[in-house]
Amino acid sequence: METFEFTIKGGDFKSIGYVSNTIKKIMHARNINPRDSRRIAVAIFEVETNIILYATQGTISVLFDNDKITVLARDEGMGIADVALAMREGYTTASDDIRRLGFGAGLGLSNIKKNSDITWISSIVNKGTQIVLIFFLTLVL
Amino acid sequence: MKKITDWQYICMLILNNLDLIMQIKEIAKTLDATIVVGDEATLSTEVKYGFATDLLSDLLKIDKNKTLLITGLATIQTIRAAMVMDVGAILLVRGKKALPEMIELARQNQMVLMEYKGSMFKACGILYQAGISPVY
Amino acid sequence: MEITVKKLAEHLQLKCISGCDGLQKVVRGVYVSDLLSDVVGHAEEAQLWITLHTHPNIVAVATLKNLSAIIISGGRIPESETIEASEKQQIPILLSSQTTFQLSGQIYRLLYADNEENRIS
Repeated sequence: METFEFTIKGGDFKSIGYVSNTIKKIMHARNINPRDSRRIAVAIFEVETNIILYATQGTISVLFDNDKITVLARDEGMGIADVALAMREGYTTASDDIRRLGFGAGLGLSNIKKNSDITWISSIVNKGTQIVLIFFLTLVL
Repeated sequence: MKKITDWQYICMLILNNLDLIMQIKEIAKTLDATIVVGDEATLSTEVKYGFATDLLSDLLKIDKNKTLLITGLATIQTIRAAMVMDVGAILLVRGKKALPEMIELARQNQMVLMEYKGSMFKACGILYQAGISPVY
Repeated sequence: MEITVKKLAEHLQLKCISGCDGLQKVVRGVYVSDLLSDVVGHAEEAQLWITLHTHPNIVAVATLKNLSAIIISGGRIPESETIEASEKQQIPILLSSQTTFQLSGQIYRLLYADNEENRIS
């Protein structure tokens, strides 16, 4: 098992997509099935975007196993009041500034759920959020 | 704008079903778009689909290759989202200009970045008439 | 002859789900954008607006800019507050399962195709 860790600063808009693209390149180098590679990169993109848009800081760890990839994300920040509600497509708490950046369509968490095999989200308001995602890899024979 | 006769229109419909492919340089020519990042190799890349959005989360849902992203969101996040989705060609509409950091990142990753003075509506209209397909 | 929202909706087989009393409004062009600030800054009166947004702010923006109607693309469904606002302001909301790209392409053909038979104006 190999792990890659990233620290993310809240409000660092210019870095949105940095972690997902870095992991994507690593997955490509390891010949991971392109379908898996894309859905994992998309989920990580949404995770890092959420941390940058809504939290003060956070970390993302990506663990590579032979048959699965696990993503652990935790952040400190406003948290999510109602996770089930937040998972609904179109639901967003985005401010105007966030919308101007092209985000805030309310698709982030539902995109994460759609792309991962196991999704676990836990959050405490005004404290932060933890996310665990597991992706089972389709092995290329 | 080119006149389309009935039978040309029928041919276009058939071509649409046969999945028309255009090279990026043809697209740039059709729209009279400015090529900001692109070389002979990347400009010869094929495009089959067009996808128009200003919201990156929407882009993250597509599942086709050979797609041109048509967007008015001229930010570095657009380039990163396109990279995650293997979208190699971006058309900035509404006269939006690419920022230096966007140009740098697009160049590093062998992408094509174009600027178009017209509206998103016009870009979609022209490319759709030219035979580019929607992603779904 | 002027094109109304109703006529365009019929040609495209779009469903009007609220604000349908406003279907007789004339359409003078189309604005396609998902950035509210961009629509507020650049859309013109009596234009038809194509977007993927479903929240009530779209009605506020359409009212502010005096747009004729809103088409929500991609098979998305507006929120109930959006529907209420649209009824109140009499701004028709039409739904399309197509992508913004395809919808724009089809409307463009209807409005601007050189071939008289394809054009509806």
